[in-house]
Amino acid sequence: MSFIKNARRVLQQNIREYGMYIALFVIMAIFTVTTKGIFISPRNISNLINQTGYIAVLAVGMTLVIVIRHIDLSVGFLSGFLGAIAAIAMADPKIISSGLNLPSYLVIPLVLVLGILAGMLTAFLVAQLGIPAFVATLAGWLGYRGALQLVTAGSGTIIISDKTFNALSNDFIPDIPGIGFLPEIHKLTLVLGLLAIVLLIASQINDRRKKQAYNFEVLSLDMFILKLVFVSAITGGITWIMAGYQGLSWTIVIVLVVVGAYDFITSQTVLGRHIYAIGGNPEAAQLSGISVKRITYVVFGSMGMLSALSGILYASRFKSATTTAGNLFELEAIAAAFIGGVSPAGGIGKVIGSLIGALVMGSLSSGMNLMGIDISLQYIVKAAVLAAAVIFDVATRRSGK
Amino acid sequence: MNSPILEMKNITKEFPGVKALNNVSFRVAEGEIHCLVGENGAGKSTLMKVLSGVYPHGEYTGDILFGGEVQKFRGISDSEKAGIAIIYQELALVPEMTVYENIFLGNEVKSANGFTIDWNETIKRATEALKKVRLDVNPAAKVKDLGVGKQQLIEIAKALSRDVKLLILDEPTSALNEDDCENLLDLLRELKKHGVTCILISHKLREVIKIADAVTVLRDGQTICTLDAKKGEVSETVLIKHMVGREIENIYPKRTHKRSAEILLEVKNWNAYDPQLGRSVLKDVSFNVKKGEIVGFAGLMGSGRTELALSLFGNPDGYQIKGEMFVKGGKKHFTHPHDAINAAVAYVTEDRKGDGLILIQDVKQNITLANLQEIANRGVVNNNAEVKVANEYKTSLNIKTPSVEQKVSNLSGGNQQKVSLGKWLFVKPDVLILDEPTRGIDVGAKYEIYTIMTRLVEQGMSIIMISSELPEILGMSDRVYIVSSGKITGELPIEEATQEKIMQLATN
Repeated sequence: MSFIKNARRVLQQNIREYGMYIALFVIMAIFTVTTKGIFISPRNISNLINQTGYIAVLAVGMTLVIVIRHIDLSVGFLSGFLGAIAAIAMADPKIISSGLNLPSYLVIPLVLVLGILAGMLTAFLVAQLGIPAFVATLAGWLGYRGALQLVTAGSGTIIISDKTFNALSNDFIPDIPGIGFLPEIHKLTLVLGLLAIVLLIASQINDRRKKQAYNFEVLSLDMFILKLVFVSAITGGITWIMAGYQGLSWTIVIVLVVVGAYDFITSQTVLGRHIYAIGGNPEAAQLSGISVKRITYVVFGSMGMLSALSGILYASRFKSATTTAGNLFELEAIAAAFIGGVSPAGGIGKVIGSLIGALVMGSLSSGMNLMGIDISLQYIVKAAVLAAAVIFDVATRRSGK
Repeated sequence: MNSPILEMKNITKEFPGVKALNNVSFRVAEGEIHCLVGENGAGKSTLMKVLSGVYPHGEYTGDILFGGEVQKFRGISDSEKAGIAIIYQELALVPEMTVYENIFLGNEVKSANGFTIDWNETIKRATEALKKVRLDVNPAAKVKDLGVGKQQLIEIAKALSRDVKLLILDEPTSALNEDDCENLLDLLRELKKHGVTCILISHKLREVIKIADAVTVLRDGQTICTLDAKKGEVSETVLIKHMVGREIENIYPKRTHKRSAEILLEVKNWNAYDPQLGRSVLKDVSFNVKKGEIVGFAGLMGSGRTELALSLFGNPDGYQIKGEMFVKGGKKHFTHPHDAINAAVAYVTEDRKGDGLILIQDVKQNITLANLQEIANRGVVNNNAEVKVANEYKTSLNIKTPSVEQKVSNLSGGNQQKVSLGKWLFVKPDVLILDEPTRGIDVGAKYEIYTIMTRLVEQGMSIIMISSELPEILGMSDRVYIVSSGKITGELPIEEATQEKIMQLATN
């Protein structure tokens, strides 16, 4: 049958790209069975994403850093440090002596800007002074760790009482008021989900039409419809799960916005092309008129901003800033990026892949916690998954040559 | 004819979808220099990989007889043990290690205790090996401090230190200047006297004619013929005919257009100092390029031609520059290649794999990279327009690729060069600097590149062509500047230029 043949061909050609989606799906399916459905419950999925959010945004930034052949080890403690700065800025001076009592709508942009500046500092060391990123950011790792302990030395854990700030990682978007039907369902989430599906289909059709106008080859119609049905079903399914609990959490919204923006930048813009060109061959990029320095500043600046965002999400999640916040975040973000198919040699890797990588790691933690598996075994399982992901990546890359 | 040292019988090697070698037979007599020629993609390298065990026994069909015995090499170490050494185009030396360490790398001289390395003996033997290749360098020098020509000789010394019977050289002279080439060919003759058989893969037909005892021509994965030099069967026209399957009368196309007197690019008293090397690389260089003209820059390797091109093209290596440059009459000061591109100056590098192309990206992404603004709207790239542009260059430059979505690393050298050229044509330059435009590509692709160059100057573009191949300089240029040790030592109109005059100016 030509339909099945077509489907197999499309799958084979894109196995690298679909591989991690399939892996995530398999992992979730396994945990759903082993936890008798608790894993896939709306409440757990919501929790899972809220816990993954602060790693996911780091993984997105790390993707670009690794693509341009660098690494950033400082992001974990930078995130912890900036989380503490946010907490102090919002704290009441009567409780914390250095507190500024600033409102969250001022603190959040301020901390994001601080993050950008921190990233620029790293970029200065790397691009301007030519220090290898590993060393420069290892220095950052030490420095921000010290800075975090310094600012939290007097008070220890700083409790955050700002409700708006704490909502970011704990609360859900409001529902449309005054609608009586489907009382168990979060209507705004449902509406947004349906809207997303409509927009997705419209943009896919539009894209296909443009390609046809250029007389380019497009996916055969049956495959195209299958793809639309598949993507819509997944989006719809996730929406339904979310709407069944309390709707979309703010973390989901933030992560979606970040991933959406970065995916657009990396895949559709001149800036994105320049980033991948530098990763593929920095000398050739330079000779093509691309300023490697400028792009290095942009990429590390963005990494700093996302570190700040990660720090905000983490502090918000625990409604406090602690002396150990951000510990090992950098390695989790790097692992997520590698699971998501980013090439350690640079030049290859997608931000959506890194999001999936972060979700894989998050699902493993969540699922194994639900099963009551010992933390020591959890690490070993994660090690195996990381190794397997990279082995799969290397193997499919070789056969694709 | 001596008895054969090597016979490869009915070798067939398939890759998914392609038959790279189809029933190839190849016979090399003991003690001869046997050249293997063919266009890129004809199967020369694949054949040598089969011979040296890179493709182990079982991955191909057919038989290999070496020294009268059927061989079933499972890897390179097997073929090395049998006495076959292969030296690739890309040298396999460790730059940070010394000459003697490199010569005995993987074949270390053990002390009496059987564990540690006997460095004194290593250095002694390395000195002997260097003497054999007539290379006068300190064995304790680091390889990275030596030129390409010397590195090549070190590779040969390495092979000789292993008691090699059959030496295979893949394009050994493509990166060498005329002197080093001669030197290498002399050495091969010398080795022949000592009983070393040699297979030489080369695109340089003059060199083949000079040195070959026999020549085998491959085309499209098949043996076309084996010619015997002693019987006078080897000549340039015969070789080209067999290689391309048709006769190319004159590979340099005739130009008919009138040259203009308008000066597009002028450089005056141009000096460059390289702070990393701590010496000046260009001294008082002045020259000009007129509209619709091909200006050849001849000289030896390392004479400063590439440095000159880069110093004009936005100075990416950070030289300290003194001097003036005028593009279309306007004084310019470029601080980044970006500025040069904006002033419609383009530079096609001599090292397309190293700093020209992004090998892991596809044809279309490489072609549009230097001028993405052209197909972007407010920073957003129009992917469909990109495919369209890439397809236009694919057609006009005759780039042989199944699609513009093909990774550049999968293309042959000649087609990679065309992609590189397409990339720089897409910035729509007025002045195009071509650095060694036909290095390492086959006759057919060379002819195509020359034809494209001719077309471009007829449309009014100006071309600066840097080349180490004198026939190319003489065949393509309207005017020749000769560069030596960072200075322009002469300017010759093409009517007065001869190989002898150029070589004389290039070496003074």
